[in-house]
Order: sequence, then structure tokens, then C-alpha cells
Amino acid sequence: MDFSLSTEQREIQELALKFARNEIIPHAQDYDEKGKFPEEIFKKAWELGLVNTCIPAEYGGTGFSAVDGVVISEALAYGCMGMNTSFMANDLALLPIVIGGSEEQKKKFLTPFTAGFRVASFCLTEPGNGSDAGGIKTQIKDGGDHWILNGEKMWITNAGYADLFVVYGTVDVNLKHKGISAIVVDPKAPGIELGKKEDKMGHRSSDTRGVRFNNVKVPKENMLGKPGDGWAIAMNTLDHSRPLVASSALGGAQRALDLSVKYAKERNQFGVPIAKHQAVQFMIAEMGMKVEAARLLVYKAAWMCDQGQKNTEIASYAKAFASDSCMQITTDAVQIYGGYGYSREYPVEKLMRDAKLIQIYEGTSQIQRLVMARELLK
Amino acid sequence: MNIFVCVKQVPDTETKITPTSDGSFIETASIKWIMNPYDEFAVEQALLVKQANPAANVTVVRVGSTKDTEALRTAMAMGADDAILVEAPDNLDSYSIAKALKGAIGKSGKTPDLILTGKQAIDDDALQVPQILAEMLKLPSVSVIVGFELQGNTAKVKREVEGGALEVYELATPCVLAANKGLNTPRYASLPGIMKAKKKPLTQLSLADVGVSDADRRVKYSGFKLPPEKPPGKKFDATDAAKQREVVAQVVGLLRTEAKVI
Amino acid sequence: MANVLVFAESHDGHVKPVTLEILGKLAGQTADVALIGDISADEVAKLAKNGAQNVHKLKGANLDKYSPEGYANALAEFIKSKNYDYVFGGATSMGKDLLPRLATKFDAGLASDVVNFTFDGGAFAGTRPLFAGKCLAKVELTGPKPHFVSIRPNALGMTASPTAGSGTATDVNANAGDIRATIKEIIKAASTKVDLTEANIIVTGGRAMKNAENFKILNELADVIGATVGASRAAVDSGFAPHAMQVGQTGKTVAPSLYIACGVSGAIQHLAGMRTSKVIVAINSDPDAPIFTKADYGIVGDLFQIVPVLTEEFKKLLGK
Repeated sequence: MDFSLSTEQREIQELALKFARNEIIPHAQDYDEKGKFPEEIFKKAWELGLVNTCIPAEYGGTGFSAVDGVVISEALAYGCMGMNTSFMANDLALLPIVIGGSEEQKKKFLTPFTAGFRVASFCLTEPGNGSDAGGIKTQIKDGGDHWILNGEKMWITNAGYADLFVVYGTVDVNLKHKGISAIVVDPKAPGIELGKKEDKMGHRSSDTRGVRFNNVKVPKENMLGKPGDGWAIAMNTLDHSRPLVASSALGGAQRALDLSVKYAKERNQFGVPIAKHQAVQFMIAEMGMKVEAARLLVYKAAWMCDQGQKNTEIASYAKAFASDSCMQITTDAVQIYGGYGYSREYPVEKLMRDAKLIQIYEGTSQIQRLVMARELLK
Repeated sequence: MNIFVCVKQVPDTETKITPTSDGSFIETASIKWIMNPYDEFAVEQALLVKQANPAANVTVVRVGSTKDTEALRTAMAMGADDAILVEAPDNLDSYSIAKALKGAIGKSGKTPDLILTGKQAIDDDALQVPQILAEMLKLPSVSVIVGFELQGNTAKVKREVEGGALEVYELATPCVLAANKGLNTPRYASLPGIMKAKKKPLTQLSLADVGVSDADRRVKYSGFKLPPEKPPGKKFDATDAAKQREVVAQVVGLLRTEAKVI
Repeated sequence: MANVLVFAESHDGHVKPVTLEILGKLAGQTADVALIGDISADEVAKLAKNGAQNVHKLKGANLDKYSPEGYANALAEFIKSKNYDYVFGGATSMGKDLLPRLATKFDAGLASDVVNFTFDGGAFAGTRPLFAGKCLAKVELTGPKPHFVSIRPNALGMTASPTAGSGTATDVNANAGDIRATIKEIIKAASTKVDLTEANIIVTGGRAMKNAENFKILNELADVIGATVGASRAAVDSGFAPHAMQVGQTGKTVAPSLYIACGVSGAIQHLAGMRTSKVIVAINSDPDAPIFTKADYGIVGDLFQIVPVLTEEFKKLLGK
């Protein structure tokens, strides 16, 4: 058993952390305040190969393992969980292609993402279907030499900037899971209508919108697998994406811990640094314990992916534990900062706002527990 | 065209420095090592020259311990072609380091056209190696450069001196130039760069290989200790208008005689 | 007793003050001075008063302006003609560039940026900061003589009543030799005001400045002591100063040698941005303001009365 990162992984982590410190942290507050999409930063991260880590080397990717991917994502989220949502959304959208696409589709859809800077969106959630992904109503109808897409999607990350959508719909709503299919859609296609940018509590820099499809024609060859393969593709994708999303919470939690440790040593009350007070020490100890436990779960979930092992149960542990811990840790960080923590002048209130979303998106903490129970009680 | 960049590995700026119990050096076990920040400007300048002269070869040279080869790997991941590591203790003095660098450059079999370094290493802050190396190699040098242009074999460089004034030098290559912050913006090592760096050649030499021995030590350090704690400040009451001038004059006097900052 | 040469950096006929600091501290040793160019009899007298025995003025072709090689060649030739145990100089821009090269001409060592030293039986032992001042170490020299030492300006301070030397001035014919790196041009600093992050002295105004116009008194003070003016977050938020001037966690982190906070209460975020300043002076009418816990010198009083007096006193001190 070996818990250490390889030399290259440490170098990759170093680079990603350096990028977070120099390029993300100094601007995170401003982007958050203005709700501005971090296009320039995204592009710089792409230039260094820090995004689209799921693309295999055959299609121009760097050929990273899932562990490499979470190491990078954790470091970028250390800079800003909100920006990392934008970066990570590319992987979430491209993963179904990596997992369910044909050789031809991979070449056609993945290569442009390594050849140039491009943004992708993953369109699953609908106004009436969040956690109940099986109840998808977006219709994919056979139009002869093309598919006709109708329906409405919600909370679509990167939607306003996307060069590619992966859309989940159903070929027959009565077939339930068995009708679900995934298709690659050009966001510029006629009939696509974007909603206005959501004004969110956190992750304010990420661009989140509704997307409406009105008789959108999609080429036949854009379906991943056959009609009805969508559910299996989505489930496989989750095994890969949950560790990634969990790593984002891990990065945010680590940041909150680091900031708390620093502040507790600097801030004096009753004539001593607050780090000397046991109440603060206990909060910090709790933070450290949770961060480390979350890291072990996240890395293990990713490592299982790399080993080709089924990681559904562990990935859910990782996602729920990391995001719940991140919420607790960032809340405690605000507590340690006291009045300053509540002020926008200090970085911790943003961490607390950002943490909340990770408990919600990509399968809420409650859904994760359902998955865990289902796996345990099988 | 052969460009050599001399880099040093130093403790990260955030590192807490703790002297060893016998005061002979600092505790190095838990230190995170990084490439000396000024050396990054030197590496970047070498890579910029290489971009303009694709045939150029950039060799990074480091004298130091083998605990970690972070600095050399980073430089190669940024784009340097090859590297030389001279294995040595971390507390070597400037003269020995310069002599080892000279030896390593000699051993490479390449005749240097340009040698770039950082203006100082942020560990011992000695600001000596570039000038010593230049003198040992009988080459001209300019330190603390913030501007660089190369036309043929003439380098036009700007050296920053006190108060921000710039001295503009013109000198022929080969020469030794020591980079300051502001010379350029160092690039990041890209992820593909990190992967490629693994395959780039790294030559490892010993101090004996480059002709350096204990007899080359010129500066001896001992008694490493933390600086004294700052004593509590002095507070003066100047609420009484009649006493203001006296109080202010006293403080101004202390700033010169005691604090020595003015 | 050691035989010491002090290299005096001179500009426009004046030697840099660090030369006098070194001479004063060398009391008990035999100290000569060497400089390149010429200085007035008054300057020679100043050197003598601080302990200089012989003052050697090196003159020759191509030595009118600094070049690392020309100066090193000229000084090396002169030093070889004498029998010095030690050569001292200031760790100035020039000293830092010149002395390592000069020392190497003798295959000798250089202890650089020394902040204090003693001579024990003629042997030098110095103290110098390392790791950006995070620790101090004793520094000694070994190997061929002369040994070289550079001294950080303002570190030793002036000796109050130095032992005078004879101050015999002589001209020396010097040879610059082969110079390959030459100064073609000197570009004067565009602004005399350096950026906050690089400033050696900073004067900051807080909310108590009341309005933007009042920053005038800080500018006047800054002009006298060559400082850059900054502002606290409270002052910036109140519109007294632009954000570019803000010192603090969300503004600029600064580490000048002297920081003068005027009407700044000392919110944590402000302290975080300036606490590594070497010396902090605080002026505030509230004796319990947190800024006083960080100040080396605190003045309790009305800044509008105190700052102008401070400006006058600095003018007197600096002879302006």
C-alpha cells in the first residue's frame, strides 16, 4: 500500500496550485462579486493543460489518470470552487463521449478541445427533474435523416459560452430509464434558446442558465451509442465524475483550513492568539481530520476508476463526505474569523457560499446516501 | 548557440526557518524546495532567446543536494533542453558554488555563448555567484538586469540601481547576466512540458568531478539563530500642544539613532 | 590589529555615508580609504574624522563612470601594491556588483551584506541575516587574503565620537584595463515615487484624514523623507484615496523599513498588510487604537497638529 503521489503527480499538483495562487486567488473575489465568467483564466488553464483532463492521449489529451484529474481539480478548487465548476463542467460534458462515444465520435468531438480552447456543457437536469434523472422529459424524436430535439433543461453550467452540448433526452418517455439517450448538440443550432444567467448564492462566476430546445435538428451520427444507451452512459459517467466533483469540495475545504490556521495564529484576543484557545483548537482539529478523511475517500474513488474497479459506493462516500465536510469546515472558518469572517473583505464567507452548492449539484448529499444504502443493502 | 542557466533550489518563501539545535545550519528535513524565484526570470530569458534562435540549446545547471530535483525539473518542464546537477551540500559558499558551476559548464563540452542567473538566491542572499563565475571564466557580466535585447552577439541590457535608475550596458557575448524581477514574466511549466521533462537528459556530477574540494571554501557560517523578538514599542503622549514639538523631535531622533531607518 | 582598506563609493565628489559607518566601526584597526575619482578636502576631512589614515584617490582613463571590470581592475592593481588583510565596502548597488568580482581576482572570499562585526586578535567575525532576515548567522572568512566584507548601509550606524585618523590624501595612477561591459546611458528613474510594494518609506493615512484634500499634509511629509503615500481601507472606502493606494490584505502588502501610520486605527486586515515593516510609527488621537500594539514608536495626539511638526523636524534632520 502506498499513499504517496508520484513525482509527476507532485509536479502536476505544484503547477496547479501555483496557477491557483497566482492566477485564480487574486481575482476570485472580483469575479464572484461581478458574477463574471472567468473566460481568460479558463483559457490560461487550458493552455497549460489543466482542463479537459479526461481526454485520452489518442485524441490529443495529456493522458491523465483519474487520480491525476482529481489532484488537478482539487488544486484549482483551492483557488476558487466557483471557477473550478466552470472548468470541471468541460470534463463532465466530455466524459459521456469518452465513455460512450464511438471512435469516430471521439475523434470528431474530443480533438477540437485539445486543438483549441473550447467550452462544453452537460445538459441533464430539467425544471421538473433534478434528482430524479430517470424522469427526463426532453424528447429525442426520429426525424428520418436526423433527430429532432424538444424540451427544456435547467442549471446548465457554461451554457452561455458552450461550443458543445451533451444532452440527455428520451426517445420514449414511457420507456423510463430504457428510453434515455445522449446526443451531442451544437449550441449554435437553430431552435436553441438560452435563458438568462442565474443569479446564484455562490459559484457566481460560473455561467448557469436554462436551455430550451425547440425542434432542434441534430445529425443522426451525434447519438452516443444507440437509443436507450443514455442511462448506462450517465451512470458510468457518474462513477468518474463524482470523485472529480468531490475533489472540488476537498480543495475548498483545504483552503478554509489553511486560512483558519493562519488567522488563528495572527488574531489576538484576551492577550493571546486565538489559536491558544481550546475552543478554536477543537474546530481546527475537526477541520484537519475531515479534510484528510475526505482526501483519502476522493483519492481512493479515483484510484478505483484507474484500476477498472466498480467504485459506485466509494464515489458516493467521497462526494457526500467531501461536500458535507466542506460545508462544515467553511462554516467553522467563518466562525473562527468572527465578524471579519462575515465580511466580504475576507475570503471565508465566499468559501461558505460556494461550499453549499457542492452538497447539491451532481447528486445531492441525500441522493448519495440512497446510492450508498442501495449498494450496501444489495 | 549554447545558453547556460544557473539555478538554485531554495526553501519556499512561506517556509518557517528553524536553526538546527547546534546552530550549524537550518533544519532542512521538512522544507519545501522551490526554484529560486530570481532564477525563473533567467530561465524565461533563456527560453525567449531560444524562441528567437531555435537552434539554441538551453542547459540548466544546479549545484546542491539531490534530495529533490525540483528546480531542474521545473526548468526542463518550462522548456530547457537538458540539465546538469552537481551534488553538493545545501550550505556551500558562493565561491565553491561558482567554481562548481564553472567546472560543470566545462564538463558539458559546450562553449557558453550566454550564461544567465538570478541576481541572488533568496536563501543566503549573498549576491555573489554571477560575478564570481564571470571573473573565473574571464567574462564580462552585468547584474540586476531588468531589460535584455540580443542583436547578433551584442547584448543590450538594463541594470537597475538604487532609486530605480537604469544603467544601460552594451556588451558582446559570451557574458554572464544576472536577472532581476521585472526582466520578463516567467512562463508556467505546462502539463505536457512536465511529461516531456521526464525524458530530457539530466547529468549528475560530484563536486570532485568538477574539481571542488573543502579547500575552496572561503566563507564559513555558524551560529544560526532566530533574530531577537521585537521589543514592545514606545508610546509618547502628545495630546498637550505645548509638548508636541519636543515629543516629535524625540521620535525623529530615535528613528535615526535607535531605529536607524532615516 | 588588522590592516584594512575601505572602498568608498563616491558620487559627484561625495562619499556614501556607509563608508563613514564602516570607518567608525573599524576603530582599533588601521584603516585606509580608496576611492575612484576625486573628492573635496572637506570630504577627506570627514573620512579622517571617522578614522581614515590614508585616502587613496585612484585616477586614470576610462574610470569616469562605473564599470564592473574597470573598477575591479583598477582596485585590484592598487590592492596588490599594498598589504591589506581586509577590504571593506558598502553593500550598495555598486558594492554588490563590484566586490565579488574584485575578491575573485585574489581568489579570496567575501562576506556580504554584513550588519555587524568584531575583530578578535585581528580576525574578522561578522553577523548577517539569511533567508530574508528569518535568521541570523555568524560569518567568518578563510582562504587567501585579503578578505573582503560588504556592509549593509544604515546597519552599523554612525559612531558618536570616532577616533580620528591622519587622513593623508594621495593620488594614485590607476589602470582600468580591458573593459567589455560599459555603461552607454543612464536612464533616470521616471518617478521619484516608488511603488508602495517597493517603497523604503511609506506614509499612510486612515479614516481620520477626514477628506482627500487633507492628504496634502502626508504628501508634504512624504516629499521630505522620500516616501510613498498609502491609505487604509477605511480611507479608500470613504473615497479619500484610490484603491491603488490601499495598504492591507485586500490592497497591497508592504514591507518598508519605515512605516508611518497617520490616523489609522489598525484593523486586522491593515495590520496583515504592513506588519513586516521594519519600523512602525503610529500617530493617533485614540491611545487605545490597535495600531499602537504594532508600533515601535507611538505618538498619541491630533495628526493634523503632529504631522506638520514631524515634517519640519525631518527637514531639520535631513538638512533640507
